[in-house]
Amino acid sequence: MQEIVIKTNKLTKKFGKFIAANEITFDVYAGEIFGFLGANGAGKTTAMRMLCGLSTPTSGTANIAGFNIYKETEKIKKNIGYMSQKFSLYEDLTTLENIKFFGGIYGLSNKQIKDKSDELIELLGLAKEAKKLVGTLPLGWKQKLAFSVAIIHEPKIVFLDEPTGGVDPVTRRQFWDLIYSASDKGITVFVTTHYMDEAEYCNRISMMVDGEMKALDTPTNLKQQYSAASMDDVFFELARGAKRKAD
Amino acid sequence: MVTISNITKTYNKRTTLAVDDISFTVNEGELFGLIGPDGAGKTSIFRMLTTLLLPDKGTAFVNGFDIVKDYRSIRNCVGYMPGKFSLYQDLTVEENLNFFATVFDTTIKENYDLVKDIYIQIEPFKTRRAGKLSGGMKQKLALCCALIHKPTVLFLDEPTTGVDAVSRKEFWEMLKRLKQQGITILVSTPYMDEAMLCERIALIQTGKILSINTPEIITRQYPENIYAVKSNSMSKLLYNLRESELIDSCNTFGEFHHITFKNDNEFSQSTLLEFLRLNNHQSIVLKPIQPTIEDCFIRLMNK
Repeated sequence: MQEIVIKTNKLTKKFGKFIAANEITFDVYAGEIFGFLGANGAGKTTAMRMLCGLSTPTSGTANIAGFNIYKETEKIKKNIGYMSQKFSLYEDLTTLENIKFFGGIYGLSNKQIKDKSDELIELLGLAKEAKKLVGTLPLGWKQKLAFSVAIIHEPKIVFLDEPTGGVDPVTRRQFWDLIYSASDKGITVFVTTHYMDEAEYCNRISMMVDGEMKALDTPTNLKQQYSAASMDDVFFELARGAKRKAD
Repeated sequence: MVTISNITKTYNKRTTLAVDDISFTVNEGELFGLIGPDGAGKTSIFRMLTTLLLPDKGTAFVNGFDIVKDYRSIRNCVGYMPGKFSLYQDLTVEENLNFFATVFDTTIKENYDLVKDIYIQIEPFKTRRAGKLSGGMKQKLALCCALIHKPTVLFLDEPTTGVDAVSRKEFWEMLKRLKQQGITILVSTPYMDEAMLCERIALIQTGKILSINTPEIITRQYPENIYAVKSNSMSKLLYNLRESELIDSCNTFGEFHHITFKNDNEFSQSTLLEFLRLNNHQSIVLKPIQPTIEDCFIRLMNK
């Protein structure tokens, strides 16, 4: 039996009369690469904020890395990593300072931070950039560094919100190499993307439509189920039925 | 309609090179795409052509006007949709459109035909403040505002970034309809698949143009044969392909990996299949395919 690291049951979030997330029920397994897809406005961000302990659900239950989504949000935050396309690192700190800062935030000892810094600089080939301001690095490098920093405390789960948007095609693939190696180490990767080729790299894909989880399966099974040639076609098939127009 | 000659742009006291000696032209009525990742220099090019930035070196003309000397004339005849949402957040949909029409000394009524198709999609929300719109609707409003003075050239900087696949498709259909009305369009995108929807494209990376042509010719010019490979174990397949002596390049492409051989012949193919079988791969598929723009981009980047 595979270990379950995310378990939700009828998780719901309402803003007034508007149901942003409607009775979402799903499990995510340890070490899995779980793709979380959906059109703009389908409720992805709302769901993700609840799973990260940043927003209290209106109803339903969820357990993240073994912790209750209502009562143990601080423990959840310590046991997950998070990176988004928009904000992930301090641009006016150097590469090393960012590693030190986030290591400190997550409670690593000075010795651990030193070891991690050396390891990351080596792994990412950033020796020359170690003392440069992060703001001067190309986007792709920043994103690889941001991902490494998001898992510096070896969390059970890392949430990635469109991590590769705008990244060049070569670096985008290197980024996925990092995702695979994190997954090999047992870290669960929960990822959103607008690149449909990246959906193929996930173990399982979920599709949000109008606040509901309309599909959840492996890419192969989804393509079979919707008689589609590619994930692109599956996405279109599901998203076209959306009534809520990105709003 | 747009001519750029040897334009260079640097920032931070010339320490950061954003655009490196670039030249290209966009013909009248053409839908031209600048395809490249963040940091390629796309926005700098747009900002120079819309007279918001001065180049360090080089010259450029838009609609016959010099971007340095004739900046006022250019501002009157171009439409610009910046990558960052730049309308007035605390004005409503209708107020924003009205504002831009008035600034350009025209009315919504006068050029309504041009924006009608797009505007009717957001009209139900015309009393809503722009800041409260969703991403897709903001994008449609911004396009209306860039069009309302009937520009001869339209500059669209990454209009589809962060937009989902369905809305992206809709947006490109809107562009095609605008093109039919004779507007010259220069559009940038980091999505390689959108390149095929342009008439001509420039692939751009770190301030330099890697290639410039029609998408069909760029893909046809790919010098090697590309094969798509898959098996029951894709991550192991990637590892095995990378270690194989036979393989020249190998990249993930969704459900397949794309490869080229060092020596492209039947012997290489059969040797590879044998090697994969020895490594316990099952349900192996190896087939020749047409290269995509992304294949071309990766090859040019690695060169």
